[in-house]
Amino acid sequence: MLPALEELKTAIEQQLPGVALALEAGVVLVEPKDLAAVGRCLKESERFRLDYLANVTAVDYPPERMDVVYHLYSMAHKHGPLTLKVKLPRAKPVVASVTPIWRAAEFQEREVYDLYGVVFEGHPDLRRILMWDGFEGHPMRKDYVPENQNAPEPA
Amino acid sequence: MTAVDEGLKSELQKQGVFLTTWDQLANWGRSNSIWPLQFGLACCAIEMIATAASRYDIARFGSEIFRASPRQADLMIVAGTVTKKMAPQVVRLYNQMAEPKYVISMGACATSGGPFHKGYNVLKGIDRYIPVDVYIPGCPPTPEGLLEGLTKLQERIKARGFGAAMSEKQGEYRVPAYGPQGLLPRYSPEVWQPPTQHPFDYQRLPAAPGAAQAGTPSAPTTPS
Repeated sequence: MLPALEELKTAIEQQLPGVALALEAGVVLVEPKDLAAVGRCLKESERFRLDYLANVTAVDYPPERMDVVYHLYSMAHKHGPLTLKVKLPRAKPVVASVTPIWRAAEFQEREVYDLYGVVFEGHPDLRRILMWDGFEGHPMRKDYVPENQNAPEPA
Repeated sequence: MTAVDEGLKSELQKQGVFLTTWDQLANWGRSNSIWPLQFGLACCAIEMIATAASRYDIARFGSEIFRASPRQADLMIVAGTVTKKMAPQVVRLYNQMAEPKYVISMGACATSGGPFHKGYNVLKGIDRYIPVDVYIPGCPPTPEGLLEGLTKLQERIKARGFGAAMSEKQGEYRVPAYGPQGLLPRYSPEVWQPPTQHPFDYQRLPAAPGAAQAGTPSAPTTPS
């Protein structure tokens, strides 16, 4: 069983000095600078062994915030999910990539980059994955305006 | 068209002599031997596969051989959502098919974008780039619906002169390119034109005669 979130928070804060976590409605909030350290700790410590990253996604909260959300499970201990959240400034959403920790993040981070414009530092191959190269904008952002496909073409 | 009187024709038939026209003979063969192109784009393809399998048995209509190469097919069943990313490939496949060739737009997505009509990534109808013969409504259409569409296509083929079918839809259709927002061009003007009025935009519909006079102050009138 995954320990209670308060217990998990204190355990990680003891293991990683200088890291401060916060809890919010069943979610562990991580500072952007701490994400890589916390992720590695959650994966490698015997207590948690969250070795399976099921999901990376983002939530757009205009005008200021952009959240990146991670869902973690443990195949070894058969527990999970644990939800991690990183709050980023919407104008410049940059966070460390977790691909070096969980390889499964590679395509999902590309998708978040493609659709939300979050930049994952240290990602081995950060390109668009769903939209084509040369597409402009990030269509899942709430202020994205799709083209008018019925706009007249010159005959 | 009828060189032989119908009465004489049936009289001869009783004697074991059958008369027909070149058009009828060719169209009879052509309409009962349609070779669809084997490709599916989304969930409509599952219904298309069911139509091709034993229960619905599209072979009864002579269209059981789905070819994996456009060079050997003459019917394109656009079965499913056409994304902007996929549309150029669909048009290119259509260009590569042998003439005379036909297109069935299967389901709401291929016809208009369907439930993804307001999406950023979906083409609002394949008829923007290639000429469609039969539209099948539904989300997805049932196998019976697809068979009905195929029968309608057969009727269309039979109603057409042999030479006319050869000369229409010739040449290549424009393959759209990827642009910064969507496809360029957004549609091929020689195939499709945007509606002047959105069919569901009630606000832009002309108001009822009585309501217009009561609600709005006198608008400038143009001499007719």
